[in-house]
Amino acid sequence: MVARRLADESVQPTDFAFNNDNSAWAEKRIGLYPPGRQQSAVIPLLMRAQEQEGWISRSAIETIAEMLDMPYIRVLEVATFYTQFQLQPVGTNAHIQVCGTTPCMLRGAEDIRAVCQKKIHPDPHHTNAAGTLSWEEVECMGACVNAPMIAIGQDTYEDLTPERMEEIIDAFAEGRGDSIPPGTQIDRVFAAPVEGRTTLLEEPTAERQKFVPPEPEGEEQAPPAEPQKPAAKTEPKKDEVKPAKEQEPTTAARPHDVTAESAPAVKGPSAEAKVSEAEAEEEREEADDEAGADGTTSETMREGAHGSEEPGGKADTGRAVGKPTHGEPAEGGSSAGVGSSVPSQAPVEGTPEVDPVAEEGGNRQLFTPPQGPADDLKLINGIGPAIETKLNETGITRFSQIAALSDDDVGTLNKALSVQGRIERDNWIEQAKVLESGGAEEHRRVFGKDTKS
Amino acid sequence: MLADKDRIFTNLYGQGDWRLEGARKRGAWSGTKEFVEQGRDWITNEVKASGLRGRGGAGFPTALKWTFMPKQSDGRPHYLLVNADESEPGTCKDREIMRHDPHHLVEGCLLAARAMDAHLAFIYVRGEFIRERQHLEHAVQEAYDAKLIGKDNIHGWDLDIIVHHGAGAYICGEETALMESLEGKKGQPRLKPPFPAGMGVYGNPTTVNNVESIAVVPEILRRSGAWFASIGRQNNTGTKLFCVSGHVNQPATFEEAMGVTFGEIIDKHCGGVRGGWDNLLAVIPGGSSVPCVPGEKMRDAVMDFDGLREVGSSLGTAAVIVMDKSTDIIKAIWRLSAFYKHESCGQCTPCREGTGWMMRVMERMVEGRAQKREIDMLFEVTKQVEGHTICALGDAAAWPIQGLIRNFRPTIEARIDAYTYNSTSEGAVPSVAAE
Repeated sequence: MVARRLADESVQPTDFAFNNDNSAWAEKRIGLYPPGRQQSAVIPLLMRAQEQEGWISRSAIETIAEMLDMPYIRVLEVATFYTQFQLQPVGTNAHIQVCGTTPCMLRGAEDIRAVCQKKIHPDPHHTNAAGTLSWEEVECMGACVNAPMIAIGQDTYEDLTPERMEEIIDAFAEGRGDSIPPGTQIDRVFAAPVEGRTTLLEEPTAERQKFVPPEPEGEEQAPPAEPQKPAAKTEPKKDEVKPAKEQEPTTAARPHDVTAESAPAVKGPSAEAKVSEAEAEEEREEADDEAGADGTTSETMREGAHGSEEPGGKADTGRAVGKPTHGEPAEGGSSAGVGSSVPSQAPVEGTPEVDPVAEEGGNRQLFTPPQGPADDLKLINGIGPAIETKLNETGITRFSQIAALSDDDVGTLNKALSVQGRIERDNWIEQAKVLESGGAEEHRRVFGKDTKS
Repeated sequence: MLADKDRIFTNLYGQGDWRLEGARKRGAWSGTKEFVEQGRDWITNEVKASGLRGRGGAGFPTALKWTFMPKQSDGRPHYLLVNADESEPGTCKDREIMRHDPHHLVEGCLLAARAMDAHLAFIYVRGEFIRERQHLEHAVQEAYDAKLIGKDNIHGWDLDIIVHHGAGAYICGEETALMESLEGKKGQPRLKPPFPAGMGVYGNPTTVNNVESIAVVPEILRRSGAWFASIGRQNNTGTKLFCVSGHVNQPATFEEAMGVTFGEIIDKHCGGVRGGWDNLLAVIPGGSSVPCVPGEKMRDAVMDFDGLREVGSSLGTAAVIVMDKSTDIIKAIWRLSAFYKHESCGQCTPCREGTGWMMRVMERMVEGRAQKREIDMLFEVTKQVEGHTICALGDAAAWPIQGLIRNFRPTIEARIDAYTYNSTSEGAVPSVAAE
């Protein structure tokens, strides 16, 4: 965040008006948006005012607020929030914006900035002695493969060297900025590699060949066809897609599954991936943290990454897909492997009791379900509908089974249901014995309170 | 490696005419009417079959996102909002689409709008892309004039397109901030829910898609979803625009199949790493927000969503920033911290205060003027910022620093040692930072 204020009163002009062309343009622009939504035009109008005057004055803000029927403060808010708006007078011939973010920095943006400091003014946002030029360092302007670059007015000047930068500054200082062709300043075609294209060497055509999924022996292309009948496209192809993928040469890279190598939390440190035990330990902890965080932080609010498209709807799907791509992938991968049903416990190797938990979604059957109708296990204090369902999945449906649980079984169940000792604490076994012998009546008599049903 | 006939953006370098006539010669706007007539579900299903994942960074399946839009309108209009606010440092792919292949995007808007029953599409272009916006506006006007879009157009689906623009705020690339900005307010992200598909621009159902996601749709329909799905690996299908910047011999933007290794694309398209592969220090493989990866892990890394996850990073926008051994990696990451500090919208305290704090500590780390315990403290603070903000800018500011500490801790410690070693009774004299 940067604090931005309007220029000093002494330089503020007394009034502002769009010239005729711009007024007509502004009216059309406002009319573009749905009725009552004219406020949407505020950024385009401010930008046009800046193009006309060079910077945004207080009177420009007030005029635009009146045009859009907005409170002054709302327009001021916009003008100060968006850093492309210049809030003080800039050089009359050129205001030079030097991109200084990392991709440009790596290619020498600091030298370009130094040229501006030397030739214009040591500080940004100050004009040179003649008042013709000013400069500032801005954040990434999206021409990174042509770094380093600057922008002046509507144009960008790319692939700069300090020498070329001096020439450009001189040209603009003398008012012959037109003599500098915009775009790349070296012998290069836009964003293509400097020594020439490596792709798109064939002449593009309007013809589209019908796509035929490659047969095992190789790719065959059917003769060109008219834009295919869409109906014919859908059903048969879907089945054929899979073999096509397996055969596709470019896919022969790596297994797609999360492997032990990529999942430190499952396997522990692997020699080349980890610098030290301590670091591995740290990563493992992070993996656990992240897994735990899944349920606790409000992911739904934050699915959206910047410049990103992200889930517009369901929180769950958003988390499943959005998280790993922007998350810390190693940990993300491992925690995904653990499975979301037991986020806080990683499966321990060699303890078969735990393994069933890791099964997708539910629990593997641990007990043989008995014949006959199921009891209402919810009569036991401590068992609700969710736990009852889980118990049923493990094969327990009747009081008699709970009454007969061994200590080992209790341990297994505690883990399988993720109830952490509640079986003993709530004394399920005693309760089950009572319910088994005398039903809910007896249960109330023995335990002195109603079952929850 | 992708063959030319399988490339979607055939005018990527502006070698042909970007206007309507030229675009038609390259196959744009052919068969569009049939696709529109096939209706909403067919388009969505075909895109689903293609396996297209959003190209803006998060990689959310595009067709799935479309299905979140209400099936039946409740009287409110539906909107398509195309996110052309491309500001992630390192990323410059949408720029090429808008200035050299704008009709891909315009045609894509029509088809995507059909798939979500929208009659109005907004394209929000970042403020700095002025020439690009002019090309796009020209293309939209051509499409109106040729009755390809607009009321009673030849395709039988009314669609208006408004090309809107921002004014230099990175945060507006976040979809809810984008909507705020489009409504004429400060670009501060909204809380979700309500999600845009339920309540977006002007309170109406809206879907936000990246430029590249929308621009590939016409070609997917023309050649079938199965074609797109046959390129790349499962869950990582299709072609992708990569932009490689930094220390390679020939930085470039190019279209390549997903699932190709980093080594292959650098050698084939970028003339190799400056000074050879042994000179590679680190790579930020997906735009500034993703953690950096040490060079030795990177050469064989597969450039797709899952492949980069395996090396502890992420595909993001496929904007690859390459750094050779001449790079001061601490400084490079500090510059990103400065970027996030500058671009924080100020709405959530952890981000507003945290980004500035992290930048100031990083500034001292660049010099070595720090204690080693502060490295852990810095890491801890990034963890405090991460996940405690409305949008992901806080996370994005935290990850590069976490990546640095995780992979280059010895470098930071050596810098601190050097600074301490050079201290005298008058105080410490920096040895390295005098650049």
